[in-house]
This record gives sequence, structure tokens and C-alpha cells, in this order.
Amino acid sequence: MKRSLPLAMLLALSFAPMARAATEADYKAAYAAAESASKEAADMRNQWTTTVSTLAAAKKAGDGGDFDRAVTAAREAEALAKASIFQATSEKEAWKTMEIR
Amino acid sequence: MKARTALLLGSLSAALVAFALTSPRVIAADKVDPVADAKAFQNFFFQKFPNVKHEDFVNGPYSMNEDMKRQWQEKEEFPPYEFALDAGKEMFATPFKNGKTYADCFPNGGIGIRQNYPYFDTKEGKVVTLELALNRCREANGEAPYSYVKDEMASLTAYMAFTSRGKPMDIRIPDDPRALQAFENGKRYFYTRRGQMNFSCASCHVQSPGERIRAEILAPALGILNALPIYRSEWSGMGTTSRRFVTCNSQTRAVPLEPQADEYRDVEYFLSYVANGLPISGPGARP
Ligand code: HEC
Repeated sequence: MKRSLPLAMLLALSFAPMARAATEADYKAAYAAAESASKEAADMRNQWTTTVSTLAAAKKAGDGGDFDRAVTAAREAEALAKASIFQATSEKEAWKTMEIR
Repeated sequence: MKARTALLLGSLSAALVAFALTSPRVIAADKVDPVADAKAFQNFFFQKFPNVKHEDFVNGPYSMNEDMKRQWQEKEEFPPYEFALDAGKEMFATPFKNGKTYADCFPNGGIGIRQNYPYFDTKEGKVVTLELALNRCREANGEAPYSYVKDEMASLTAYMAFTSRGKPMDIRIPDDPRALQAFENGKRYFYTRRGQMNFSCASCHVQSPGERIRAEILAPALGILNALPIYRSEWSGMGTTSRRFVTCNSQTRAVPLEPQADEYRDVEYFLSYVANGLPISGPGARP
């Protein structure tokens, strides 16, 4: 099952604990990554509402200077966006299994 | 956060399973065959619900539940969409500033034609829904378009549906590769899983009609547009087809598309075509 690789990666992404307090730079990097994945999902017309809200939560925490929280939320948003991209990609063929024939 | 993560994992693993199931199977380059699709679609529901009269499928959740149906039939004496219907009738008859009316934009003056919508416009190369045609009519006559999800559009389509009540859905697919493509795209949209819940339209309206989701009973996909627009207590008002699609997308935690996006137009075309032969029952009322 090579396919479990992205799953493991996503897990690593969402649970990797921070060894030290996050900085603004950490937040900016995490946010940029999340934003770019979310944009890709939107371009595929498969954005999840939870990606949007989690990204907004990251921004709010970042604006308020709570970078630990901001980084955690941004990583979660990125994981959600990547999951939605994965979904859209696999559904390009997988939808046919649902079809009434 | 825990619940969310679990959901994310759940949806991912479902996607993975779906993928694992499909990838080894080589799917033959399918020919688009709407006639065969419609037949299979109808048979599926007729066999799954042998006790439901065929023409009853157009009554959404009521076709699935006898108690609910009885309550609804009592309510039909004073239907909650009556207000919208009267408003729609009046709007329909009121001339635009230029003196023309909606009747000038439609075949047969717009009366008794709901069953032919959506149609494939061979000039534009796209599906045109009734809601879209109404706004185009307004714009062609110098009026601002209405919101696709608000009362005015619901009132107008309620009135037009009412003048078509009982007429069998009659959607044509012209001999044009783009029309077949639109049908196929609508079909794909209908069966494609989306949103964090990893549901397709079919997950709810094909696999689970008659089942409860929160307080609601799921309507079967067969004839699911025949009763539109609908009054819903939860909206405390009327809702158009556009509004319903947006709501259904949001329920699966998918960001809805803009009303009348190509995908929505195409899925409306697909769902209406496979309901060919079943009577128009709109406007509808839901608890
Ligand atoms: C999570 C389950 C779910 C999914 C997925 C879903 N819907 Fe629904 N849908 C509902 C519920 C709940 C209702 C309200 C009860 C009912 O009428 O089925 C509803 C109602 C409707 C209705 C109105 C039916 C009526 O008679 O009142 C239409 C049309 C509809 N859905 C279309 C769609 C389309 C198209 C999709 C895919 C884009 C979709 N739905 C996806 C849950 C879902």
C-alpha cells in the first residue's frame, strides 16, 4: 500500500510537536504553506469549509501574536487542504464506483 | 480538536479505501449513453422501493415515509408556499420598465414549460436552467438580476412550476457532443465525493434515501428536482434549486460553488434528465 504514504505525511504534519516556542517567522512559513495548499484546493474546486476556517483561525492567532497557536492552526489547515487535494485527485476516477449502472 | 482530527482521518481513510478499490480496476473508456443511464437510475429506485408509486418519487422525503406524507397532505390545504405563489404570479404579470414581461422571453408565454428546464442551448454550448433564463430575461430587458438564493427567484420559479404541475419532466439532449459532455459532467459531479465528510450527492440521496439525518428524512435522487422550489420551515421561507445545492454542499463541509456555476447547471441537467417522465410537483413544502 504505497498509498498510505501521504496519510503518514499528513499525520506527521498535523502532530509534529514544537520543541520550542514558535516565532513569527515560523508562523509566516507555516501560513504561506497552508495558504498555497488551500489555493490549490480552491483551483481544483474542492475547498473544504474547515480549511477556510482553520486558516482564518491561524491568521487571527498570528495577528494577535500567539504564534504557537497560529503555527498549529496553520499546519492543520495545510493538512486539511492537502487532504482535499488528495480527495479531488483520487475522485477523478473513483466516482465511477458509486455510479448506478 | 480531537473530533476534528478523527474526522479528517476518517475522511482520508475513506478516500484511500475508495482509491485502493478503484485503482486496480481498469475502467473501459465509457461511451456516454444518457438513455441507458436514465433507465438504470429509475430501475434502481423502483426496485429499491417497490411500494412507492413511481409518480410519488417526486415528493421528496414524503415518498419515503407514510406518517410524514399524511401530515403533509393535511398541510396542503393551506400550503406554506401559497404566499410565494401569489407573489410570483403577480411579478410574472407585471411589466418591466420597458413594457415587456417575462412572458415575452419564454416559449408559450412561460406557462406550462417548467418540465423543459434545464435545456441545452446549442448556441451557447451550455446548459440553461430556469433560474438562469429568468435572470437573462430581466437583464435583456434592462432590469437588475435577482439573487439566485432569495425570495424573488423562488417566487417566480414557484409560479412557473405551478403552471406545469403534473406534466412529465421532458429534458432533451440534442445531438451535440457538448450536450453529452454536459450530461456526463453533471453525472460526475453527482457521484464525486467532496467536503471533509467525504460524501457525494449519491452518498445521501442514492445510498440513504428514507434515512434520517438530524431531523430530516433524506429524499431519493430520483425526481429530486421536480418539486423545486420548496418551502422549508428551517429556512422559514422558500428556497430555489441554487439554494438547495449550496446548502447540501455546506452540509458535507465543502465550500459551495457560486450559484449557477457550470457544475451546478450540469448536475441539474443530469438529475432532471434521469427524472424524465415523472411529473412536476413544485412548488413543494417541507417540514
Ligand atoms: C450529507 C447528506 C447530503 C448530501 C451529501 C447531499 N444532500 Fe441534498 N439533501 C440533504 C438533506 C438532509 C436534505 C433535506 C431533506 C431532503 O429533502 O432530502 C436534502 C435535500 C436536497 C434536495 C431537495 C429535495 C426535496 O425534495 O426537498 C435536493 C434537490 C438535493 N438535496 C440535492 C443534492 C445534490 C445535488 C447534492 C450533491 C451536490 C446533495 N443534495 C448532497 C442531505 C444531503
